Amino acid sequence: MDVFIGIDIGSTSAKTVAVDKKGTILRRLVQPTGWSSVDTAAAIRQQLRKEGIDASHTPCVATGYGRIAVPYADKCITEITCHAKGAGCIFDESDLTVIDIGGQDTKIIQVVDSAVSDFLMNDKCSAGTGRFLEIMANILSVRLDELTELASRGSDTTISSMCTVFAESEVISLIGKGEQKENIAFAVVDSIVKKVSSQAGKLILGNRRVCLTGGLCDSAYICEALSKELGKAVTTHADGRYAGAYGAALLAAAL
Amino acid sequence: MQYHLPENYDTFNEARQNGFLRVKKIKESNGLVAGIFCTFTPLEILDAAGIIPVGLCGMSDETIPAAEAQLPKNLCPLIKSSYGFALTDKCPYTYFADLIVGETTCDGKKKMYELLGTMKDTYILHLPQRHDDHALDYWTEEIRHFITYLEQKFSVKITEEGIRKAAVIRNAERQAKCRLMEMQKLNPPPVFGHQIYKTLEGAGFIFDRQETIDLLAGFQESAVEKYQSGLRPVREGSKRILMTGCPMGGVLDKTVKAVEDRGGVVVCFENCTGIKAAAPRVDTDAEDIVRAVAARYLQIGCSVMTPNSRRMEMLTDLVKEYQVDGVIEVDLQTCTPYAVESFSIRRLMGDAGLPYMVLETDYGKADSGQISTRIEAFLEML
Repeated sequence: MDVFIGIDIGSTSAKTVAVDKKGTILRRLVQPTGWSSVDTAAAIRQQLRKEGIDASHTPCVATGYGRIAVPYADKCITEITCHAKGAGCIFDESDLTVIDIGGQDTKIIQVVDSAVSDFLMNDKCSAGTGRFLEIMANILSVRLDELTELASRGSDTTISSMCTVFAESEVISLIGKGEQKENIAFAVVDSIVKKVSSQAGKLILGNRRVCLTGGLCDSAYICEALSKELGKAVTTHADGRYAGAYGAALLAAAL
Repeated sequence: MQYHLPENYDTFNEARQNGFLRVKKIKESNGLVAGIFCTFTPLEILDAAGIIPVGLCGMSDETIPAAEAQLPKNLCPLIKSSYGFALTDKCPYTYFADLIVGETTCDGKKKMYELLGTMKDTYILHLPQRHDDHALDYWTEEIRHFITYLEQKFSVKITEEGIRKAAVIRNAERQAKCRLMEMQKLNPPPVFGHQIYKTLEGAGFIFDRQETIDLLAGFQESAVEKYQSGLRPVREGSKRILMTGCPMGGVLDKTVKAVEDRGGVVVCFENCTGIKAAAPRVDTDAEDIVRAVAARYLQIGCSVMTPNSRRMEMLTDLVKEYQVDGVIEVDLQTCTPYAVESFSIRRLMGDAGLPYMVLETDYGKADSGQISTRIEAFLEML
């Protein structure tokens, strides 16, 4: 059977998807990227071999910031193009707006007729990215999923700094003041939601469906808060985390 | 296939480096040098006074830490770099300048010139920020004041005839630059945009105008000749990009080279080293030559102007003339005028049905990876 592989090496985790000729997902793998994308790529190859797939002789597209570290990939394509492709198929839409909150950057991608028509990315700082949430979760000594769960029960607290480093001191001073953990978590998530929404606002959304992909799409609360801030429903999907890798696999099938 | 560069390319590419020795020679023979920063500096007046203008815009992050001892960190890298060069005496051009000429363009530069004035003689021309007759009256007067100032300071005589002669040769140089840029309308273009930019940039560091004109013409003719003989350094079908926004000498590799390394080609620069500043000409037959010179400079569509309709009109024409596939705006960090105006440009390009992207960056290397990913994604999108 023909198999096609997409590998998305992000700053936090590496996602791998194998599809068949029809684009049906056969395998999903996810692992932490670690400090070396090269080692990660090698580990993925080994894991695929265990699953009976020889990556060196299978059409493969690599994406994500570590895309150039995959020696057995036939082509490197940016995560923008791959996410658009993957999200379009996951959500079964040819026109949509994709919000991808990744570990290192946040992307807003506009898809028209199944092709990228415009996109925005955050600047070099980590405000409005998954990294921001990770750091804040660390300070509060909770896991990322616990943070968003806590946030859903909090209210009425804000942090005003966009900069991760300043926001960190703001959170620490809130802890010092004895503010409830739920409320601090609420403020943290609220800050990222506002940042992402204002970024998304720059790409006129029109009547298109808005979909959330990337590592944070499992959080129902983030989705809900984004919908509220944007004033329109934001949908997710269990495979949202794999949108980039899935898109890459589909593009590998088209090589 | 080894591609041979057009004639004179190396001369331009090395002009900034080699210019140091030429400036030293000028100083040794008692010549006068004025350091300038902006396309609004009325070059014809300096030419007529026998003063050699040389651009001082900082293009490297090397002197930024030194500048940040006095300037805010959160400031345009061009301003910080330029000021740092003056502060550390690392730029021989700044060092040799008898006078620094600035204009009230953006707030950052304006206030930086004040500080510069404590180290070097600095004259600041007050640029009006409209394109109408009232602004022209004011700007003409401002240039007349500048003439009087130069005559007194350097005991020189600036005659109408001298200005007119200077305008004729400056116009010829502008024409040579435009011809060079316009050959990129060919599809595929004869050379890479990076080479065009380096050539235009180098032209500012060759101090004999006629020599510059001849070198530019030589480069252009040889490039077209090679093209006609079948040489195609730029692959057919390469995506044609127009660059607009801030001065980009300090971020050329991060932006232009990144585009051209990824299969695109920059066919047009609307920035101040490019077509924006070279296109307007002086009416050399005008009765009042000072007013004619003033009028030329007011036509430059820099974002410090309000409204900046010139830029909108020019971009609308350029994207058609150069058969552009996509527009990339490069804004230097904290450049408020360009950053705010980029929203209007996005809308303008949207109306023209052209993909448009803004890259905000500085002279550091920290964001090189993200910038190239964006460029790559932009090219994939076209």
